[in-house]
Amino acid sequence: MSNTSSLNRRKKMMTWTGIIMLLAIFLLPMTGYISTGFATAAEEQVEATNPKSDYWRQVRDNVAGYSAVKGRETNELIQGSGQNWRQLRNGPIAQYGSWLLGVMLAVLAAFYFWRGEIKLSHPRTGKTVERWTLKERRIHWVTAGLFVILGVTGLSLLYGRLVLIPLLGHHGFASYAEIAKWTHNILGPIFMVGLISMIFNWFKLNFFNKIDLQWVKDFGGMIGDKHPPAEKLNAGEKMWFWSLVMMGLALCFTGLVLDFPNFDQQREVMQISHLIHVITAIGLIAFSFGHIYIATIGTEGALEGMVTGQVDTAWAQQHHDLWLKELNKKVTSDK
Amino acid sequence: MAKMKFLCDEERCIECNACVTACKNEHEVPWGVNRRRVVTLDDGLPGEKSISVACMHCTDAPCQAVCPVDCFYTTEDGVVLHDKDICIGCGYCFYACPFGAPQYPQEGAFGSRGKMDKCTFCAGGPEEDHSHEELEKYGRNRLAEGKLPLCAEMCSTKSLLAGDGDVVSELFRNRVVRRQGRQEAWGWDTAYNVK
Repeated sequence: MSNTSSLNRRKKMMTWTGIIMLLAIFLLPMTGYISTGFATAAEEQVEATNPKSDYWRQVRDNVAGYSAVKGRETNELIQGSGQNWRQLRNGPIAQYGSWLLGVMLAVLAAFYFWRGEIKLSHPRTGKTVERWTLKERRIHWVTAGLFVILGVTGLSLLYGRLVLIPLLGHHGFASYAEIAKWTHNILGPIFMVGLISMIFNWFKLNFFNKIDLQWVKDFGGMIGDKHPPAEKLNAGEKMWFWSLVMMGLALCFTGLVLDFPNFDQQREVMQISHLIHVITAIGLIAFSFGHIYIATIGTEGALEGMVTGQVDTAWAQQHHDLWLKELNKKVTSDK
Repeated sequence: MAKMKFLCDEERCIECNACVTACKNEHEVPWGVNRRRVVTLDDGLPGEKSISVACMHCTDAPCQAVCPVDCFYTTEDGVVLHDKDICIGCGYCFYACPFGAPQYPQEGAFGSRGKMDKCTFCAGGPEEDHSHEELEKYGRNRLAEGKLPLCAEMCSTKSLLAGDGDVVSELFRNRVVRRQGRQEAWGWDTAYNVK
């Protein structure tokens, strides 16, 4: 009896000592802050700076002064963020951007050699259903065409110095770049109109649901022979749509900031806009490679839908079975 | 080889803007473009100081680094010049420059940019020295005549100094020693220190 109670007491003692020791380990080093806390309070009282260094601090911090020469930020002396912009653009963005695009192309090429074109699993029925209306196809192709032109001209401005100047020479590249700049600046806002009307037209079709989860789990039937069910748009198409919504709108908005410098927007605004513009652009171009691959050489019968508007029911059954079912239901209910 | 530098002595600048005017007149700079400007901090307050600023002809020039068409080059004298035949007016040098030197005459609507214009250290451009084309595009080439930039040459208080960096800093150091103060060569850290 007494043995167990003394054992209990010893256990209690041990736990308490342990807790106290742990507390001491954590708290004792903190006591240093008590003295430094007092010290900084004392320092603040005697803080008085050299007026001359204050002046140079102002210069460094880009404090706006007065200048008789009027114009955008002419009253500022040193604007440091341009150096950051330069480092980011010339460094990681150009480097990782080229990697992303290159790796994307390599992966698609490897996939094509491994898997080849995904053929129709059943022979064509000869019967077709309308997948995209003329209006939808027009919007798609106008936007897509502009996307390609803007992508090529934009990438020329980022990588042309490295890739095209050795090929075309300084003057040769400059005359192309001049045209590229104008093309990019003029077509950009038109692309924006195309993109926005695309978003409005296909907004309703693009909400995610449980079917999409299964589709993603089965890799959309790209790997293996499974054909996961899909509605009119599968999860991959929806992801592409929402990337276009988010990154595309950011791309367009920042593009406008850069395209119309007549509102005296500050350099910093343009630097940040440029960074967002180039990052979203490279992201979308990389995604577009996947989109173009799947819709052309990747899948038999996919391109027909966007070219003629009609797809074979065999194709629809294989890739968008739920959509076809719904269409059939509509037809029978209309009768 | 000489390394040309600008130095503005903020203790001497009286904000007369004569450097701005002289430059504009000498080079017949396009409307709306000023290659040089004077900035006054604490205007009207005790400790007011002015600095004349233009392209500083940086050692590792940001404009040169970001130019998509590679139109910039540094001369043997360390002057950063550009080729207007190559320039496409994209605006990148303007984003990158810490001193706000590159400017663009407006070409067409919506502020679309023409060929960039900036201070040449009175050294013209890639065209043949003293040729008509050089004068038209870049202004006078005083360096080829054996003269220094006009803005500094005619500065009434000799606040603005231009020339070989060693000579300029020697002049300035002597001044500072006489004033018994610390040396503050404005903008040199940004322009000439390669990090």
